[in-house]
Amino acid sequence: MNGPLAYLDGFGRRADIVVPLTWAVTIISIAVCIVIAALLWMAIRRGREAAGVDAMAVRRSEGGMRFITIGLAVSLVPLLVTLVWTMSALAAIGAPPRRARVEIDVTAHQWWWQADYAGDQPSLGLRTANEIHIPVGEPVLLRLRGADVIHSFWVPKLSGKTDLIPGQTNLTWIEANAPGRYRGQCAEYCGLQHAHMAFEVVADTPAQFAAWRQAQLQTAPPAATPQQARGRALVEYRCALCHTVRGTIAGSNVGPDLTHLMSRSMIAAGTLPNDSAHLAGWIVDPQSFKPGSLMPAQALTGDQLADVTAYLETLK
Amino acid sequence: MTPARSQRMIADTPEIGEVTQALRDRLEAIWETKPGFVGWLASVDHKEIGLRYIVTAFLLLAIGGVEALVMRLQLIGPDRHLLTPEQYNQFFSTHGMTMIFLYASPILSGFSNYLFPLFLGSRDMAFPRMNALSYWVYLASALFLYAGFVVGAGPNDGWFNYVPYASREYNPGLNMDIYALGMILLGISTSVGAANFIVTVFRCRAPGMSINRMPVIIWGTLTASVANLVVIPAVSLAFFLLWLDRQFGTHFFDPAGGGQPLLWQHLFWMFGHPWVYAIVLPAMGMVSDGLPVFCRHPLVGYTAVALATVATMVLGFGVWVHHMFATGLPGLSLSFFSGASILIAIPSAVAIFAWIATIWLGRPILTTAFLFFASMILLFVIGGVSGFMTASVPVDWQLTDTYFIVAHIHYVLIGINVFPVVGATYFWFPKMTGRLMDERLGRWNFWTMFAGFNIAFLPMHLTGLMGMPRRVYTYPAGMGFTTLNLITTIGSFLFAAGVLMFFWNVVKSWRGGAEAGPDPWKGPTLEWAIPSPPPPYNFAVIPTIATRHPLWEDDLDEGRARSTLDRGMTLAHGKEALATTSLDGEPDMILKMPEDTLAPLMLTLALTLLFAAMLGKLWWLAAIGSGAVLAALIFWTWPRRQLLEREAAVHG
Repeated sequence: MNGPLAYLDGFGRRADIVVPLTWAVTIISIAVCIVIAALLWMAIRRGREAAGVDAMAVRRSEGGMRFITIGLAVSLVPLLVTLVWTMSALAAIGAPPRRARVEIDVTAHQWWWQADYAGDQPSLGLRTANEIHIPVGEPVLLRLRGADVIHSFWVPKLSGKTDLIPGQTNLTWIEANAPGRYRGQCAEYCGLQHAHMAFEVVADTPAQFAAWRQAQLQTAPPAATPQQARGRALVEYRCALCHTVRGTIAGSNVGPDLTHLMSRSMIAAGTLPNDSAHLAGWIVDPQSFKPGSLMPAQALTGDQLADVTAYLETLK
Repeated sequence: MTPARSQRMIADTPEIGEVTQALRDRLEAIWETKPGFVGWLASVDHKEIGLRYIVTAFLLLAIGGVEALVMRLQLIGPDRHLLTPEQYNQFFSTHGMTMIFLYASPILSGFSNYLFPLFLGSRDMAFPRMNALSYWVYLASALFLYAGFVVGAGPNDGWFNYVPYASREYNPGLNMDIYALGMILLGISTSVGAANFIVTVFRCRAPGMSINRMPVIIWGTLTASVANLVVIPAVSLAFFLLWLDRQFGTHFFDPAGGGQPLLWQHLFWMFGHPWVYAIVLPAMGMVSDGLPVFCRHPLVGYTAVALATVATMVLGFGVWVHHMFATGLPGLSLSFFSGASILIAIPSAVAIFAWIATIWLGRPILTTAFLFFASMILLFVIGGVSGFMTASVPVDWQLTDTYFIVAHIHYVLIGINVFPVVGATYFWFPKMTGRLMDERLGRWNFWTMFAGFNIAFLPMHLTGLMGMPRRVYTYPAGMGFTTLNLITTIGSFLFAAGVLMFFWNVVKSWRGGAEAGPDPWKGPTLEWAIPSPPPPYNFAVIPTIATRHPLWEDDLDEGRARSTLDRGMTLAHGKEALATTSLDGEPDMILKMPEDTLAPLMLTLALTLLFAAMLGKLWWLAAIGSGAVLAALIFWTWPRRQLLEREAAVHG
């Protein structure tokens, strides 16, 4: 039961409520299958005849209805238990246990995730992509929207799914009770690259979270070397059509915000590890990793690619 | 025929007679399909139409199966690239469309078409020409829907086709237009067929067959047909609105124009969930009628099973939101639909325990048909409990859109549809062809399908619990589902081998199976009282029914009432059938049945022309198509003297 997306164990307040219920209905279900299989097996073994149909007259035995009445009476017990348990679990996870102090607007795009953190003042709000940090032990309110088609927000270890639907805002909340990285995945079919629309929720200690937040508020550092300066110019010229790097003139919102690109562990929505080799490969030929992705291939010379990569690696 | 003679006939009381060769010859001449290709095209014989349905649906099952195998090769390991994402998306969408719309329901229509009049002691369905129409439109819509796929413009948004991905902005090709129009066309076929089943059940039963004496499959198909008539307008409307959005820029589903993506989901699932029951209830009926024959014991709890069938559908209208638990609906409404979805297990449990009791109290004979019927009970329970798990909202928020659901839907559709249908083929093939299917090959067939199916789909529940999302064209390594997917692929090929054995057995037995005789299984119902294959007129004399098991009356000896099978109304003045009252089955009037005609085929061709013109936005051609539809309808409904009813006669 130990895959990154497996949900028969969990690490959050919601999971604490839902995992036992999931186990319960699973065990009930397995038990029902075993009982019925055994009954069926016994029924067949019991009266099994080697003769053909012609040799055997039809006869009616009494008492058949008892099977149905007893069977129904026994079946009702797990059904009613599940019904009551379901309703109480639903009520328990319907709203966060206390007012959430962290609120995040999550917007799903074909095929990546945008996260906007509301701040107490506008200048304390920040935007990032594909890696959502939350403080451990705190309920976090999520406002979910779909930018284009329907997607579904799902971090199995923390919580079940909530759809992100264009034209409406869905609310949900998560709370992690152990620090760690939790993989998330789009769970509603959304087109060509539905398969590669993952993300990570990173649960930090409160101190780490505050530090992360502080760091994310910074603008991009100035270029420190001539190579980085050349790279920055290319980024402003080429990448700026879709991406934002705060502190430069790149300010478009079609693709993920790159201001702190290197603080994230994955690129291309959980598709590739974020290291310079993969980054360079992704820039030159995104379509081979994620066919259909809205990121076009960049025709860069080897030197240009090295410049761009060198600059992007300063965006920590 | 002179007017005077026809006038006299209408005043006649129906003749009562015995089965004689002379009568058989006379009926044969009246009812037989005319020879030649045109005769074949014009046939309105329900048996002919039923077989066409069955053959077409099995062909589409094979095509959909090949699509599945290609997808299983793509998923055999992580990061494989046999198919591009676009191809994979078209494959899984077309696979779903094929299996759910073009196989699962039409195959049941095929069996019901073939068997209804035989079960009911009737000469034909109530509306033979509409019957032909429903088949031709089904065939036309299947070709229409597949036309896109073969040129690379198949549906690519799954069988439930959510907007906005299906809207023009995100899906500019012809893919969705073909799917939308094809589904509306198919809806015509299904509606026409459903209306025909309903009227046939209520009007065309043999005298004495009150509704508590009908075989259970009749209850299943009746219930499914009523449901279809109620819900198909919802989905046809949804597809029509989608087409309007795509072609004329209306905003029914477009949030930018004030539309609602969720409206699609409501309209679709209001149809979609009852549809799931519509494609399993008649199959459950097959088990309810077939299983007891091999147990040499009547079905336990007939009334309970029949009522449970109806109850399932009534509840089934109120559970559609369980497909939408994650869409952000308020908790209170979720809890209603959650409760209904949990409680719908109760009527299903009635059927399960009735079948087990029947086996328990009977003396089962393990024929291939029995194995398929009995194994269905277990597969039904597995598919049922996984459905029960998804009824619990908090659990469903995890399960939904993972491979757990894929496993669930396959246990439902293969377990409760394919297994009974294959069993039903072994059971009724002798009636349809006069030949028995090979039992030895049948064992191989059963065990290969049973093992392959469970190897493929039982571990898939675990794949879903490990978190594999459905509808992904590939998956990364290290997620814990690599091995499970490999096992599923192996199992799916084994299952496919089993299905091939089945097809082989059908072909082989059709050509040279052992002679079956009229009643190889010593069955209880009317179809076993007539020759195999049945003559075109089915019953030389209309039987009179006294009990639920007309052919088991001597064995069961439940009172003195006996059905009369060899003496009854002869109805040999032209193509005639008997209409009886809806509940009690008392003789009511004599129906004049229509001759073979090309009208249904002509109407189908006209409709197809109209839909093709709408697809191409060729409005002048659409006008011609509409004119053709009108002309075909006029030709069809033009009054004909020989169709006057002999109503007064029976009352007098």
